[in-house]
Amino acid sequence: MATAPFDTASPVRTPLQTQTVDLVARFPGIVAADARPGYTGFIVNKENLVEVATAVRDELGFDLLTAVTGVDYIAENKMEVVYHAYKTTGGAGLVFKVQVERVDPIEVPSLINIWAGVDFQEREAWDLYGIKFTGHPDLRRILMWEGFEGHPLRKDWKEPFFEEETKPFKSRWPEGKHTFSEQKNPFRDNLNFPQNFDPDKYVVDKEEDLYVSLERYTTKDVEGNMKTDHIVVNMGPHHPSTHGVLRVAVTLDGETIIGLKPVMGYLHRNHDKIGERNTYLQNIPFTDRLDYFNSMSNNFGYAITVEKLMKIQVAERAEYIRVIMAELSRVQNHLIFIGMLMNDLGAMYTPSLYTFKERELILDVFEAVSGARMMCNYFRFGGVVRDIPDDVLHKIKGLVSERLPAKADEMERFLNENEILVARLKNIHVLNAEDAIRYSVTGPVLRAAGVPYDLRRADPYSIYDRFDFDVAVRHNGDMMDNYLIRFDEIRQSLRILEQALKQIPQGPINSQKPAYQVRVPAGEAYGRIESPKGELGFYVVSNGKPNPYRYHVRPASFVNLTAVEKMCVGTKIADFVALLAMLDIVMGELDR
Amino acid sequence: MYGKGILKGLSVTWKRFWDTYTEDISWILRGRKRYNTDEGIRHRSSKDTKGIFTVQYPEEQLILPEEVRYIPFLVYNVDADGKREVLCTSCGICAKVCPPQCIWIVRSNDPVTGRPVPEPTEFYIDADICMNCGFCAEYCPFDAIKMDHDFDIASYGRNIYNMEKLLKPSSYYESIRPQNFKIEAEARKAKESAKAAKAEAAAA
Repeated sequence: MATAPFDTASPVRTPLQTQTVDLVARFPGIVAADARPGYTGFIVNKENLVEVATAVRDELGFDLLTAVTGVDYIAENKMEVVYHAYKTTGGAGLVFKVQVERVDPIEVPSLINIWAGVDFQEREAWDLYGIKFTGHPDLRRILMWEGFEGHPLRKDWKEPFFEEETKPFKSRWPEGKHTFSEQKNPFRDNLNFPQNFDPDKYVVDKEEDLYVSLERYTTKDVEGNMKTDHIVVNMGPHHPSTHGVLRVAVTLDGETIIGLKPVMGYLHRNHDKIGERNTYLQNIPFTDRLDYFNSMSNNFGYAITVEKLMKIQVAERAEYIRVIMAELSRVQNHLIFIGMLMNDLGAMYTPSLYTFKERELILDVFEAVSGARMMCNYFRFGGVVRDIPDDVLHKIKGLVSERLPAKADEMERFLNENEILVARLKNIHVLNAEDAIRYSVTGPVLRAAGVPYDLRRADPYSIYDRFDFDVAVRHNGDMMDNYLIRFDEIRQSLRILEQALKQIPQGPINSQKPAYQVRVPAGEAYGRIESPKGELGFYVVSNGKPNPYRYHVRPASFVNLTAVEKMCVGTKIADFVALLAMLDIVMGELDR
Repeated sequence: MYGKGILKGLSVTWKRFWDTYTEDISWILRGRKRYNTDEGIRHRSSKDTKGIFTVQYPEEQLILPEEVRYIPFLVYNVDADGKREVLCTSCGICAKVCPPQCIWIVRSNDPVTGRPVPEPTEFYIDADICMNCGFCAEYCPFDAIKMDHDFDIASYGRNIYNMEKLLKPSSYYESIRPQNFKIEAEARKAKESAKAAKAEAAAA
């Protein structure tokens, strides 16, 4: 079938997307529409934020608050907090913002009592922007270390080895005599230390704060019982089950978890700040390094966000290639999940190597089309970088129609009835639907709790509205369901892949001319996709310059981890490892 | 019966174990070599692979697809009298597009005319910082910088590649990326003939 390279008529959007909410009419005098060119949403008075947010949740039904983003408008002397709220029944979201004077202390009321999922995101905004969320019970630094001075995402903060505000740096050409940055700046004199800082005398006194925050869960001694002490156990940052350098401080009463706090940031590299120094194009390979198992999905999320800002169409063939790559990525991510879960449960090596074998075949495909197995860097604004060769397309067809379905069946035969596995997973509760929504959990964990919320259906992006597939959902919310839903999703992805491979048209693979610097009109955009781990969102603010003014990633792992405390309190320490595995966290994305 | 599921699972493991040997024997019976041959490696990474599929690096190596990218290199042509003709014009696009800013180019001016010399005086790539994204090769308008296939480059020190280390002949480029080389050569030819035709038309 010959299709026009990119026909404008075809993407039929669901009517859900066009719904609008008029907050100004509901709250006259309190809420104003955001009138800046390119911006959408509403600006809420700081004093009335809690009132408006309650109404947004209870009256208007936006029950899922996905993203909390700080923005530093230094020229206007304002700090802004942007909230993106959505409905779990699907459809477009509601964006509301709070603006405050950029004079310390910058204070914004916390929404933690309305949406518990804002916990980590508010801590992140405090850490990186210095916005104090009043009423937040545990407002500590989250990504930077406790003794850190300053708030690094503020526009006037400069990192050590700072060269210039934006790339490309002038020292590279035409007089680019190579120098090491550590030689240029031997004393690292733009690294800030707290006043009177002495490394010899520094003790992590803030550590106490962490343990105090655990005390919220102390149980009362029942009279007559033996008096026991609670013990604090630190799991990680070097622990094989924490999937990288995550540290979790756990308070135990015997074997039962009574308090738990994740401590993160060991892999933090301030991805957002790097993103603001980069040009739009230069950010694509950096997104590969977020969730490094799914670089294709990360590229996808970033590309559609910038395309939203640029208001460009994607070439028809490229849309199909994108879907094929994103779904292959989902299949291999869930294969890793299954293998790694078995590792965490103690079934070392055999299941994980079986799943890695299939993943290897998918990575071969990625390597053949993009040139790298994991850091694909395959998407460009308006399309993809190069076409799929015919032999690779043939290989994908073979995998999708023959090998992967058979191997999914084999893995199910291999594991699902295993009595030890069933005993470890069945009836161990992860989250119920209300808690999952309250904690902004997205992805397979939310769907295993019985909420059929999948962005590919709920708020279709790209061309997902053209495919026939079911949203995988299970209803018990226990670990077994969380495990089985991954198999369901693999099968649904294979369904999408089969249709996409049948329908893929010929044509150009990019609607734009290749350009190393793109023009992005001023404005803001929030793009989100259903990454294998949940909702992956990108919030990008452009001021018309070649570099984004604000570039924020809303990673699925980071927000999903907010619920880990809720999930684990009351369970046994032995189950904690498996519960953490259910969230399918990746530190590259979590710590950014 | 308790333990049935475990036995069912073990049958899968047993089958995989069995497959490894039946596969080996069937290759031997067909008179083919499964190990240390391109055919064998290709089969082991195809959808029909059964049994063990490990490639015993470094004795065996995976066959790299053409698009594999690892650390850029500069291309030069060798003309009739054996002189090197570096394709790079030091326009600086690669240095500008490089996400980690690891490309450093020195462009010098002609001492007589004062105009920039096209060939770069020095060209550095900080291979420790390079993230192998391939943007430099993608956006180079002169096909002068390309991504390499050479990935065994572990070393004890810092890897700052200078011109001497980076320059590789176009015959090497052709050997690692034959299809891309063909497409680019054809495109160049078409461009030149179009230019010639235009010049002819202008002359006429």
